[in-house]
Amino acid sequence: MCLAVPVRVVQVDGDMATVDLQGNRKQVSIALVSETKAGDYLLLHAGVALQVLDEEEALETLKLLEELAEAQRQIDDGEEEADPQGVGRLRRRPPPAPDEERR
Amino acid sequence: MDTFLDSDTERQGFMMAREDQYRVNEKTNEEGSEPLYEARPKVELAHGDGGKLTHELVRGEIASRLSNPALDPLTDSAALPLPLNPLPPLSHFTGNTPGDTGASTSASASTTGPRLALTTDSYVVNPIFFPGGDIGRLAVAGTVNDLAVAGARPLYLTLGLIIEAGLSLNELRRVIDSVAATAAQAGVEIVTGDTKVVERGKGDKLYVNTAGVGLIPTGREFAARAVRAGDKVIINGAVGSHGVAVLSSRQGLEFSTPVVSDCAPLSGLIEECLTVVAAVTGGTSAIRVMRDPTRGGLATTLVEISSAAAADIIIDETAILLEPGVQGACDMLGLDPLYLANEGKVIMVVDPAHAETVVTALTKHPLGRDAVIIGEVSGREREGGSGRLFLRTKIGGTRPLTMLTGEPLPRIC
Amino acid sequence: MQNLLNKLDQPEHARALLDRIDGLLAKINKEPAPGVPQPLLKFMEVCGTHTMAISRTGLRGLLAGKIDLLSGPGCPVCVTSDPDIDLMIGIAGKEGVITATFGDMMRVPGSRGSLNQAQSGGADVRVVYSPLDAVALAQENSDRQVVFLGVGFETTTPTVALALKHAEALDLDNFSVFVNHKLTPPAVKALIQSGDVDIDGFICPGHVSAVLGARGFAFLPEEFMLPAVVAGFAAVDILLGIVSLLEQLASGKPLMDNKYKRVVRPQGNTAAQRLVDTYFRVAPAQWRGLGVIPGSGLELRDAYQRFDASDRLQLDCNPDLGRETKGSAKLEKPDDTSPDCSCGEILRGMAKPHQCRLFGTACTPERPIGPCMVSSEGACAAHYLYGHLP
Repeated sequence: MCLAVPVRVVQVDGDMATVDLQGNRKQVSIALVSETKAGDYLLLHAGVALQVLDEEEALETLKLLEELAEAQRQIDDGEEEADPQGVGRLRRRPPPAPDEERR
Repeated sequence: MDTFLDSDTERQGFMMAREDQYRVNEKTNEEGSEPLYEARPKVELAHGDGGKLTHELVRGEIASRLSNPALDPLTDSAALPLPLNPLPPLSHFTGNTPGDTGASTSASASTTGPRLALTTDSYVVNPIFFPGGDIGRLAVAGTVNDLAVAGARPLYLTLGLIIEAGLSLNELRRVIDSVAATAAQAGVEIVTGDTKVVERGKGDKLYVNTAGVGLIPTGREFAARAVRAGDKVIINGAVGSHGVAVLSSRQGLEFSTPVVSDCAPLSGLIEECLTVVAAVTGGTSAIRVMRDPTRGGLATTLVEISSAAAADIIIDETAILLEPGVQGACDMLGLDPLYLANEGKVIMVVDPAHAETVVTALTKHPLGRDAVIIGEVSGREREGGSGRLFLRTKIGGTRPLTMLTGEPLPRIC
Repeated sequence: MQNLLNKLDQPEHARALLDRIDGLLAKINKEPAPGVPQPLLKFMEVCGTHTMAISRTGLRGLLAGKIDLLSGPGCPVCVTSDPDIDLMIGIAGKEGVITATFGDMMRVPGSRGSLNQAQSGGADVRVVYSPLDAVALAQENSDRQVVFLGVGFETTTPTVALALKHAEALDLDNFSVFVNHKLTPPAVKALIQSGDVDIDGFICPGHVSAVLGARGFAFLPEEFMLPAVVAGFAAVDILLGIVSLLEQLASGKPLMDNKYKRVVRPQGNTAAQRLVDTYFRVAPAQWRGLGVIPGSGLELRDAYQRFDASDRLQLDCNPDLGRETKGSAKLEKPDDTSPDCSCGEILRGMAKPHQCRLFGTACTPERPIGPCMVSSEGACAAHYLYGHLP
């Protein structure tokens, strides 16, 4: 129920905007997002923009991925103990006993 | 580009001054000076009367644009020379079995001589004009390609039209011009046809049927059962473009797109490729089977091949090419480019020893510039019988691809 | 920004995350009791689009045998009940009506066929990309009644509310909505409360959360001590979500994590929330295979009744929805659902598709009974179709 794509604002026209996705252009409603301008990236669902994409957060996610990739490389190279977080208590449900198994 | 003036106005008898206004040339009027056919800007139910109005429409608007010796007499059937003796001047026709050229003129279903290929298809695309093509181009390319993938040299096509009353004459002309241009590109002739007009509301502007006949030279045989483990799967270019192009112009869904249909006749491409393969290997059996992935897309066609060959096929997502804009359009609408129609693509399953040769031969032709190996046949003798299709995804996962049910529709989920 | 988004979705990032998942699983499963097979961790992805993405990217195969991914009730196609589909088909068949719908609904079978079949039978059904297109249809066809089939969850309801706002502003008397919208958090809650649950963590819908806010599913860790994470839809986004759930399990501290911050803000989209609240109020809703769940659907407020298709066309709506389900939030199967349909248990992770009496016999992808089989990505359909990978 969540099919939505990031699109780039090309031109704002009041409550509507022309947006671009790899060269495809469509008129969509921007009534539900705060002030937006050409160059912004919006989340588009069923012809309506539902949110403005946050570039800083996208960068943060990329940084996180790069850090994880680096940490994994170090583990693979045997440099780091493969348990950076510490195991701690395992909070996990016990599996159902055989006689409780339904059907 | 509309052709208002026909070069042979005497024969056709029309002079068109403006696109919506023209007068009849009195020389065609066999009954005297009174105008016989007052050309109208729209095709009307009366044009389907089978009599004078149909005759004038066919002569004036259709046959005039497709003129060739076989068609011009406008008889019920076209009498066509079969180029069996001598065979058409293509290198691979000569040398192998010269004796058969005489025997093949018999009507027997001999498999040692050249064979006839016959196919038919109806075209109901909506809208009839889309970026990169129209129903006319589609009707010729589609049937030509069905012949070409059987290894046939396409020769002659029929053209059946079912016109919805109200279709503008201009649109009809555009379509027929497109038919003529595509036929010329493919090296085929439209030799006979039929024209009907139905009531408004009983047809989607225009339906077209084409039947095509071609000649399969001696020694050529392509079938899924020839597929072997290790064979490579090759395609001549990017997928999904036609599907996106048509959808983008469909009413209610309009979006402007850089994507254009790949609609094209592939007879030249395939013939050149087969020539190269024959020159290198002495025959064409290195190519096991060829198919054109039309409705249902690349995935559906490969499912059919894997099923018929009883062998698993695995294709690589990173090897499959998409034109700019196709993935974006698909993402926006929730479609999968692997299941969208193509009208200028051919899939070949090839002996791995000669796969590179085939790719190189294809890339030398404008319609094969982006030819690439996209996968391989992983094994025969699958437990349980029929083969299945899998996609190796970008992140290294494996995804089974099954048959599509119904046409792809825009989704929210 | 586009470059940035492209850089995020790189195969090497996905592979690093997959390796990290292996590492975390090894830690979590470190000391199995001898002789007792260690069952797999079960994570539920609530949203149908997540289920699709997990299949499309190949993650399903890559995680098979490591983590059990259960698809939840978050697919509008799957959870629309037979009576509701029958009502939609009834609308489509009415004289003078243009039925506008999202493509998803076209092939879903009711008790007497699908919208697709209705269309083949002559009903004027039009697939639209946006509810706003349905309003345009009404403007262009003033002599016909245009009914928009309002299905979908929190991501979609603001778009329908916007359509109603446009229709109101244009003073249209030939546009109405068949309101069948549902809410995801109540369904997930009802699922957990209705019996034993064997789910270890929840991948929460990224775009529903974009509207609701990062805390839309906070009841999972706060009331039920269940790990939860809001995730996006690219392979790396889903993997980041799974890593988060595993880290939460390893640390013993379940929380409401947000791994889709570029789209999901803490407060969500308040303008969208306000708009939905203007036109709709919460009501009970019938979920295929799960029964009637109070407070899990929407209906039009009294002031906007004129835009309700049931009213406009004087339809005979499902009388069951009127009744109060007293007290418990236990799921009650409506009379139409086969008593042997195990979707409820399957969705709670308590049973597997092949354990359902109807699986593969009375219930197949061609003739589905419960939601798990209706969508090609539902647990049962996936099990049926995807079977064995090479």
